[in-house]
Amino acid sequence: MFLKDWRSELRTRYALSALVMFVLTTIAIIVFAFGGESPSQEVLAGVLWVIIFFSGMSGLARTFVAEEERGTSLTLQLLATPTAVLFGKLAFNVVLVLIVNTMAVLLFLFFFSSFRVDSVGLFVTTLTLGSIGLASASTIIAAIIARANTKGSLFPVLSLPLLLPLLMTVIHATTLSSEGAFFSEGLDDFRILVSYIGAVTGVSYILFDYVWKD
Amino acid sequence: MIEFEAHAITKTFNRRSIFRDISVRVQSGEILRVIGQNGAGKSTFVKILAQVLTPTSGEVRFSLEGHAVKRYLHNLIGFVSPYMQLYDEFTAEENLLLSLSMRARPDDMTAVKNLLGRVSLGGRGDDQVRTFSSGMKQRLKYAFALIHQPPILILDEPMSNLDTEGIATVRQVMEEQQKRGILVVATNDHTDLENFDHQVDLGGRS
Repeated sequence: MFLKDWRSELRTRYALSALVMFVLTTIAIIVFAFGGESPSQEVLAGVLWVIIFFSGMSGLARTFVAEEERGTSLTLQLLATPTAVLFGKLAFNVVLVLIVNTMAVLLFLFFFSSFRVDSVGLFVTTLTLGSIGLASASTIIAAIIARANTKGSLFPVLSLPLLLPLLMTVIHATTLSSEGAFFSEGLDDFRILVSYIGAVTGVSYILFDYVWKD
Repeated sequence: MIEFEAHAITKTFNRRSIFRDISVRVQSGEILRVIGQNGAGKSTFVKILAQVLTPTSGEVRFSLEGHAVKRYLHNLIGFVSPYMQLYDEFTAEENLLLSLSMRARPDDMTAVKNLLGRVSLGGRGDDQVRTFSSGMKQRLKYAFALIHQPPILILDEPMSNLDTEGIATVRQVMEEQQKRGILVVATNDHTDLENFDHQVDLGGRS
């Protein structure tokens, strides 16, 4: 399933284009909005995750929405078990979001030179766990909204309450990393993130059968 | 020997009843014909049989060699319908290989090429499906449904979009499927299938 989606994405670039363009345009707009000002590390950490959150909203639903729009949802139901579909698409979203978020971070560091990453290990772990958490929540919500008429607006509306705990945690951990905190100071946040990922993935596994089949 | 039993299948959408208490039992070597006017629920019923739609009440039970089968039913079923779409960014061969790999079967290019030849797509295996006509896509759907040699083949409007040659191929597929397992045909054209063992008549529009 993951290979199918990856090969399809390389040929169609449905999700990748949306994500990359969103990141580029959003960073450009924020650069202009800030002008020459240097916001605090906490503000910049929040802005970074705003960019990551909304770029995810622009593209992570595509794994399921594209199947519905192209009429291949039925084909997929005939080909694979719901579990294979869920975890294949989850794996795809995780890889996709890690690639795009890495790009987003590099661009962010380039354009916002005042944003510091003094604890690289802490920052990379936060980015990785936050990206996995974002992908895991987005995947199940994408499956839910894929058949809705107003899927475009419904996706961020449903995602925000579910992702709020994740966002608060990663923003806190990112702020710590920009302040040069030790890796051990981020362990509480990492425990929250790992628990979040486990809980969301577990609930997704339980619910997906009911979501996937009419 | 494969068998399925649809027991008291009822389906409602938004409080509108599509059909109620449909029961039928079909065994290997038998043909089930599902008929009804447009909107009667033929496609809905065969989707329930294919396990891609959940009935409001009732269930479909499958057994293989006398043992109940509840998991990996998608490996037992092939399905063709006009509203089913294949991946048009992949080639015809890639779509068939996808069907095999998703079912944990080894890649078998010989079988893929043979099947494409059988549905008159022999020279088009390397072409992306987006370049196919609607008739060619319908032929490819048959190859897609048959590549894993399913004991149950479900055809919804089997002659849709097909020319005379395609129709002849489908009739041959139907004859072979009856020898190998179960054939289910949903149609509003009685001439599509005149010999059958069981019939579900969903009647007029609900």
